[in-house]
Amino acid sequence: MNDIWAGIAAAIRLILTADADLVEISLRSLQVTLSALAIACLIALPLGTFLAIQRFRFRRGVIAVLNALMGLPPVVVGLVVYILLSRAGPFGVLNLLFTPTAMVIAQVIIITPLIASITHQAMRDLWAEYHDLLISLNTGKLQRVATLIRDGRRSLMTAALAGFGRAIGEVGAIMIVGGNIEHHTRVLTTAIALETGRGDFALALGLGFVLIGLALGVNLLTHWLGRTEVEGRW
Amino acid sequence: MVSLFPLTLTEGLVRRRGQVIMGPVSLTVEGRGLTVLMGPNGAGKSTLLKALHGIERLSAGRLRHGCPSDQSHAAQAFVFQTPVVLRRSVAANLAYPLKLHGVGRAERARLIEDWSARIRLSDRLDQPAARLSGGERQKLATARALIRSPQLLFLDEPTANLDGRSTREIEDLLRAARDGGTRIVMATHDFAQARRLADDAWFMMNGRIVETGPSPQFFDTPARSETRAFLRGDILE
Repeated sequence: MNDIWAGIAAAIRLILTADADLVEISLRSLQVTLSALAIACLIALPLGTFLAIQRFRFRRGVIAVLNALMGLPPVVVGLVVYILLSRAGPFGVLNLLFTPTAMVIAQVIIITPLIASITHQAMRDLWAEYHDLLISLNTGKLQRVATLIRDGRRSLMTAALAGFGRAIGEVGAIMIVGGNIEHHTRVLTTAIALETGRGDFALALGLGFVLIGLALGVNLLTHWLGRTEVEGRW
Repeated sequence: MVSLFPLTLTEGLVRRRGQVIMGPVSLTVEGRGLTVLMGPNGAGKSTLLKALHGIERLSAGRLRHGCPSDQSHAAQAFVFQTPVVLRRSVAANLAYPLKLHGVGRAERARLIEDWSARIRLSDRLDQPAARLSGGERQKLATARALIRSPQLLFLDEPTANLDGRSTREIEDLLRAARDGGTRIVMATHDFAQARRLADDAWFMMNGRIVETGPSPQFFDTPARSETRAFLRGDILE
């Protein structure tokens, strides 16, 4: 219990003193996670929506695979990305290993199936509601996807936030491909792992509370910007 | 603008899971006026309307329009029994079909103002359409269908489960549309409404049209025993 109080005290001290290291790794955490989230959303939102409206051979199989990929073990993803980006790997020439870009790549792979799958579920229900009308209006596929994404934006925001939550708390993959290098690839989660390993539980807990605060802050900000629960049912 | 008419369905048949749901039906829709489509539940009315609109794929037969098929959809609209409103404001719902067809901003604003006044929702343009009552939603769906002045409008029991006032307002919209030159084909279970609105009527049973006729004749002196029984209020299977 003492460790928890010490952790809270450490978190407050770090925030109040605007600790330079804390600010740096917090900003890097946000930068990596938000970059990964933006890229994953660009892929996953249209993909999930497309899967909801388009019938094609093996569609169920594709959806089943997508759902299964939600459970991708981050450590394995990290390992595969590491091999691909290592000097001997096919993308070694790009020199991306142990850079924030490598961490973004790993996070994109981890959260894209999650966002796409939640998007698919939400868009499937909305498509059932809109189907007759949009067919009747002779909309094209792109118009249907655009309409569903626009009108289902609150559900998509939930999908994106789920992706954000998974990415900001991720440690296994980014530790492997980022290397937890100070002032370069260290982020909140890898710093927590490091301080725990060193036995400085108070600092690790302090960083953990900052991480939770950051995640909550982004969620609340998103809900506020999205005016959730303000404009009636939608 | 090219004419959608004559719209001809030849030996149209819809089969689902090996069972014939509708047809074979052959008919031609042209000219002006309002046709009511009547018949017992499961007769195939909704399927026929959707087949004529082109959103129900025919298992056999052919649907032809007086204009090229790629232009036929733009000239017609459909109002469903359960109104589908987009998860947007009332104004955005009215704007949606206009935007799809590239209507300019100024013209869109004019039409939205005009149609929202007709359905008495001018003061609620910015409200989410979900906050509307059932009757208001159906009026909105009808106005959204009519806002582009379609040549042909299909309605599938648009006033089912609505109160008297909403029903009257929707009927007024339909009369105005018909008088403005829109050809209307509407399925209804409401005999009184059919009498009030119909210029002619089709009667369906077991997936086929068994009787057609101009309004007073169809209701007063139907030729077939099934039609007479239906109009008497007998239960038909």
